[in-house]
Amino acid sequence: MTHESLWQIFINASLVNNFVLAYFLGICPFLGVSGKMETATKMGVAVTFVMVISAISAYGIHKVLTMIQAPFLELISYIVVIAATVQLVEMFIKKASPALFKALGIFLPLITTNCAILAVALFQTNKGYGFLESIVYALGAGTGFTLALLLMAGVRERADLATVPGIVKGTILTLFIAGILSLTFMGFAGLGTQ
Amino acid sequence: MVNKKATTTKTGFFDQMASAPSTDEFIKGLWRENPIFVQVLGMCPTLAVTNSLTNALAMGLATTFVLVASNGLISSLRNFIPKQVRIATYILIIATFVTLIDYGIQATSVALHKSLGAFISLIVVNCLILGRAEAFASKNNVGLSLLDGLGMGLGFTFALSCLGALREIMGNGSLLNVQIFGEAYQEWIVMILPAGGFFTLAIWLLFFNVLKKKKMA
Repeated sequence: MTHESLWQIFINASLVNNFVLAYFLGICPFLGVSGKMETATKMGVAVTFVMVISAISAYGIHKVLTMIQAPFLELISYIVVIAATVQLVEMFIKKASPALFKALGIFLPLITTNCAILAVALFQTNKGYGFLESIVYALGAGTGFTLALLLMAGVRERADLATVPGIVKGTILTLFIAGILSLTFMGFAGLGTQ
Repeated sequence: MVNKKATTTKTGFFDQMASAPSTDEFIKGLWRENPIFVQVLGMCPTLAVTNSLTNALAMGLATTFVLVASNGLISSLRNFIPKQVRIATYILIIATFVTLIDYGIQATSVALHKSLGAFISLIVVNCLILGRAEAFASKNNVGLSLLDGLGMGLGFTFALSCLGALREIMGNGSLLNVQIFGEAYQEWIVMILPAGGFFTLAIWLLFFNVLKKKKMA
């Protein structure tokens, strides 16, 4: 068990070790869905939700697998739970808000292969977090993901209007922006330490 | 589930290349359809573990193993897997091989396992592997699928090594842990930090874009 306070876990996961900008997790949606502010917000919320659910399930699975002494099944069971959760979220959104369902499009099922979610489950197991800590950690990670996505979307909306050399347009420009964002997030180092 | 862009380019590719010799399946992954530089797939491990050439090579080879093995198995089972549950089946097969390589690396080199950390397990969600399973292995015979996996895997390793080498040389003044510059070399720390990963990938993509443009002109 760690001695971090819940607040520290949250700050650590969302700002200091931002999942996207410090750990490079969830880069695919980060580059893919960050074109518009609105989609970015919704994507962030959906990912955060799946993260929290899968963190709770991962906590349970880890307990059970330790009990039956089958740690090698961890990875497989995590991924199955995540896939099932995503399917659930997909059905829910489809029913509750068809417009949002359309806006997220292909990226909704792709949440399954968002490495940030599997990483939340794996990291919390490695760090030995308890039930409450796991939830806070997942919330922090999700917030960090949403924050990075929003910042990126904001900058990209502006960058669309700027004149840039044709050869760097698209992925390359996005990568440079991401690099600069990542540099600024380094300023948060030291915030979360005891 | 597969990256939309990759799937569409793939179908176009099959139309033209239906009768190509099998060596082509191997070579295309290395260069013309390089997973990172051309298709921009599997970005997370690309950026996260390329702070040194050793890490990059290990990650690349581990991914190649999973890619070849899962491509082979999926292709041999392609007539038995029902269409509706194929993605779930693929993920399970991939997860099995990733667990194998995870324990394998842990058994051979604990230090390497530590420095790669959770990223070995995260090979499961590398979109490249699922992408190849869906776009290639589920439609072709075992031999071709193995070749395709090997080509793509080596192309992936090559790209990772490019990134890893550049970042290690500039950020650490060394290559494969051997110092290549004198004592006076001032390291660019930023290159081995996360931000350097984004910059290095952008620089390599830019380099290949310029090359492509020159070729066309």
